[in-house]
Amino acid sequence: MVDFDPKIIAFCCDQSGYPSADMAGSLRLNIPKNVEMVRVPCAGRVEALYLLKALEKGADGVVLFACYEENCQYLRGNLRARGRLSYIHRLMEKIGLEKERIEICYLATNSGVKLVETLQRKTEELKRLGPNPCSEGK
Amino acid sequence: MIKAEQKPMEEILRSIDPYKKILLSGCGACVTVCHAGGEKEVLLLASALRMARKKIGKPLEILEATPSRQCEPEYAQELSELSEKVEAILSLACGVGVQTLVRFFPKMPVLPGVNTTFLGETLSHGIWEERCQACGNCILEKTGGICPISRCAKQLLNGPCGGSSKGKCEIKKEADCAWQLIYDRLSSLGQLYKLEEIIPAKRWGIESRDSGLRRIIREDLKI
Repeated sequence: MVDFDPKIIAFCCDQSGYPSADMAGSLRLNIPKNVEMVRVPCAGRVEALYLLKALEKGADGVVLFACYEENCQYLRGNLRARGRLSYIHRLMEKIGLEKERIEICYLATNSGVKLVETLQRKTEELKRLGPNPCSEGK
Repeated sequence: MIKAEQKPMEEILRSIDPYKKILLSGCGACVTVCHAGGEKEVLLLASALRMARKKIGKPLEILEATPSRQCEPEYAQELSELSEKVEAILSLACGVGVQTLVRFFPKMPVLPGVNTTFLGETLSHGIWEERCQACGNCILEKTGGICPISRCAKQLLNGPCGGSSKGKCEIKKEADCAWQLIYDRLSSLGQLYKLEEIIPAKRWGIESRDSGLRRIIREDLKI
């Protein structure tokens, strides 16, 4: 699967993921090119359906960038996101899809380097897993 | 309200296995409140089922709908047009909703997607507990508003069994003893004298399910 370039949807919390992505851009860090960022007001806004739909509609992996625990501007948005991710992981196991395709990553406002490292690692992981067999058009 | 839980994915996949195009119908009432079969659950399950079938090389087409109340004829009829385009209906409504569709669509297989579990109360977000068994003759007035039929494991009508410990049930340790709750409640209301009244054995064969199908007829409302 040499030519496989995994498509990643990155949901970015407006308080952590998005400023970190902004910082990564300012620092000219090497963000994998096949990443689509979706800016959300809080990780807690990301419903379980969004995670699954991303995979169904063509993504090979999803990363949810949320604030560190006890650091959520809306108090529990990151915890809600984590709960929904667990629910989706269980669902993915039942339909025979690798749960490693979706992960949550906790960031601070200035975690540009960690964001890029996470996306690079995810890209390598997804290359090993191969294309998402459940997505439309594959 | 009626509480339900979604059936295991394997069971749902097995039941829809023969079909290539189905209608997934939720219900906008009780099962929406308990997050088992509302609009969100329909979208999520439809997505999961499509992906599961895609993975095994048997693509599945799903039409999605969530009528306001699947157990009411007027709302169930909304599905008529969609039902003509599919081979089967997977319903996320309670057992009542499923059977309403069965009545309306006699030639269409209607499959249940949830297990209808109990009549219950929301304790907090994501936690529901049984409160009523629709026994047909409510005695809550005599028991301080706490139902021993649904909340006592032994359905005792005249006091505790003696097996409870520190206010907890001996059958289910995490559950409160219903009769402890009844005593505490009547005590706080200053109505402990109500415990002196003997509650007669329930006439299950007359008021309840044991006599067969129950039906309510209101002549004043009939059209």
